[in-house]
Amino acid sequence: MTQSAISADPAKDRTGESSPVIRIRPTKGPLALDLRELWQYRELLFFFTWRDIKVRYKQTALGASWAIIQPLSTMVVFTIFFGELAKIPSDGIPYPIFSFCGLLPWTLFSGALNRASGSLVGGAGLITKVYFPRLIVPISAVLAGLVDFTIAFLVLVGMMLYFGYLPTARVLVLPLFLLQAIGTGLAVGLWLSALNVHYRDVAYTVPFLTQLWLFASPVAYSSSLLSEKWRLLYALNPMVGVIEGFRWALLGRELALSGITAISTAIVAVLFIGGLYYFRRMERTFADIV
Amino acid sequence: MAGNAIEIRQLRKSYQIRQAQVRQTYRTLREDLVQWVRHPLSRRQGGTKKEFFWALDDISVEIRQGDTVGIIGRNGAGKSTLLKVLSRITSPTSGEVTLYGRVGSLLEVGTGFHPELTGRENIFLNGSIMGMRRREVIGCLDEIVDFAGIEQFLDTPVKRYSSGMYVRLAFAVAAHLSAEILLIDEVLAVGDAGFQKKVLGKVEGISRQGRTVLFVSHQMGHIAALCQRCLLIEGGRLTKDGPPQAVIDAYLATLQEVQETSLRDRRDRQGTGRIRAVDVWLEDAGGNRAEHFFSGDQLTIALEYELAGGERLDNVLVSFGIQNSYGLWVTDLASHLVKGNLSLGPHPGRVACTIPRLPLNSGIFTFNTMLRAGDSGYEIYDAVQNAGTFSVEPGDFYRSGTVPSGPILLNIDHHWHVAERSGK
Repeated sequence: MTQSAISADPAKDRTGESSPVIRIRPTKGPLALDLRELWQYRELLFFFTWRDIKVRYKQTALGASWAIIQPLSTMVVFTIFFGELAKIPSDGIPYPIFSFCGLLPWTLFSGALNRASGSLVGGAGLITKVYFPRLIVPISAVLAGLVDFTIAFLVLVGMMLYFGYLPTARVLVLPLFLLQAIGTGLAVGLWLSALNVHYRDVAYTVPFLTQLWLFASPVAYSSSLLSEKWRLLYALNPMVGVIEGFRWALLGRELALSGITAISTAIVAVLFIGGLYYFRRMERTFADIV
Repeated sequence: MAGNAIEIRQLRKSYQIRQAQVRQTYRTLREDLVQWVRHPLSRRQGGTKKEFFWALDDISVEIRQGDTVGIIGRNGAGKSTLLKVLSRITSPTSGEVTLYGRVGSLLEVGTGFHPELTGRENIFLNGSIMGMRRREVIGCLDEIVDFAGIEQFLDTPVKRYSSGMYVRLAFAVAAHLSAEILLIDEVLAVGDAGFQKKVLGKVEGISRQGRTVLFVSHQMGHIAALCQRCLLIEGGRLTKDGPPQAVIDAYLATLQEVQETSLRDRRDRQGTGRIRAVDVWLEDAGGNRAEHFFSGDQLTIALEYELAGGERLDNVLVSFGIQNSYGLWVTDLASHLVKGNLSLGPHPGRVACTIPRLPLNSGIFTFNTMLRAGDSGYEIYDAVQNAGTFSVEPGDFYRSGTVPSGPILLNIDHHWHVAERSGK
């Protein structure tokens, strides 16, 4: 029975799968986040991510070593100016590894933000010509940063060995902080990418925004500089929880984290859900405007 | 009995347009602010107003699986918007579409290619865009490469491809990846004659496989040859649906009607209106009104004007921009290039522009009318898009008794010389 049904339709023969039924309706009502569709397009997500990585390094002389040079040189500058000259306290941790450990998630986050915010406009050629879940564009832009992160992470492992920090069981929690870093980058990236379609000013704001954000995050200094009272307010910046979490997990620093992490996570969740909602709402107009 | 492949119910799509009622061609921010302040008080005088434009207006149609359906209509009628909605690039304003099967589309040349990636990588990219697994794409790879004829360049970034290779690959990808429904917009406009033939054969084959093809074209010959059914779209509405030849005839008839609608009554015009085109038509060599011409014929565009004030206007620049059916500007016939600016008025009158030997070879062409100040003021008096239409068929342009064949746009006067070298 099924045999004959399949052979009656040559198109199905080619794919070996039953053909999907697609319904197109105006997207107005409550926003159903079509995760199943996103999953169906997982290969495309992989492809876009891979493409981002490939295209980025294709015409650079130093290739992937940029992933090391960038955070490493920033670390050197920070160490000289903040660590040696300004003598900013780093809670008894050698300043180079203290700042590098903060720079690692920070670079992941700021890179994600940069790439995601321009991703829709940069992908206009595809968006105006073919359909696929638009969420894939900013998501892949964020994921592409993971390769850089992994390379730089190996450097951090080397530094940990050099400075004598051996991993403890806390390392097991690290993926959660990493997830939070990606989530923060994606949350803000969703907002900015959708906004950028309508207002191209966003592209000019992003470098400025990341610069301000860097100094509002405990990359070059420790959040223990702030008194207990202010620290929770400070944690409204979700990168505070991420960066201090990295130091807690890798460098074994004792710092009351639970409050900061709870606030940071909540903020990320709000930003993320809001960003998804805004993105989905604007999504249907992308092709008309871009 | 095959079921439906596409069901469209009461589909509508609107775009919001900010129509600038041009007083001067340039505007200042200060001006806009003043207008904006005045706007709530005197709406009619406002320089800009928001308007909704229905690109698709209540379209309902069912298309059976395995049919090849042609879509025809004038530029801006909504053909491309329909394909964009069907391929889910843009979302409809109301109504519903159901598609039974995966959709492959070839909307503009180079659909979804990334210039930095190689041909092979782009094939996989397009496959995953259509929701295909990697192994499925591998199954089609040889066919695609073979059809496009790009074996040696498979691992070259597509940015280094010639435009011909680009189109061939784009079509091959769209045609061979296993979509049950294929949407094609005007792909035959490019590529050489050999490739066009190959494409037409492929579209026929696709339909024999039981796949459904929706096919926008301005080339009536292709529609008639390939399609079992044809849809005519006018002003966002589906006005005619039936066998290709009948629909094509109806379409050609509407082209004439549009021309007969007096220019005087058209509202979709720009300009200050100090002088207006109230009628425009085409004449053949005998001075008779005509819409169909052969290449090499004499063609005259005649325009009747009226002035709003009682004063003569010096320095009027009259021009007719001619566009082919793919939206390409073929030429601009402009008075200042040939004769200098004209002095018109105060009484109504007629301006005529004659092409002694029409070099256009074949196709449907539209033209706009433009009356503007020829001095540095650049004031637009009156401009109407799509003011008229005419069709051209290949003719004895060269006065040689031989009519050019092949899909060419223009005939150009030329001479041949043979100089034989003395032997030995």
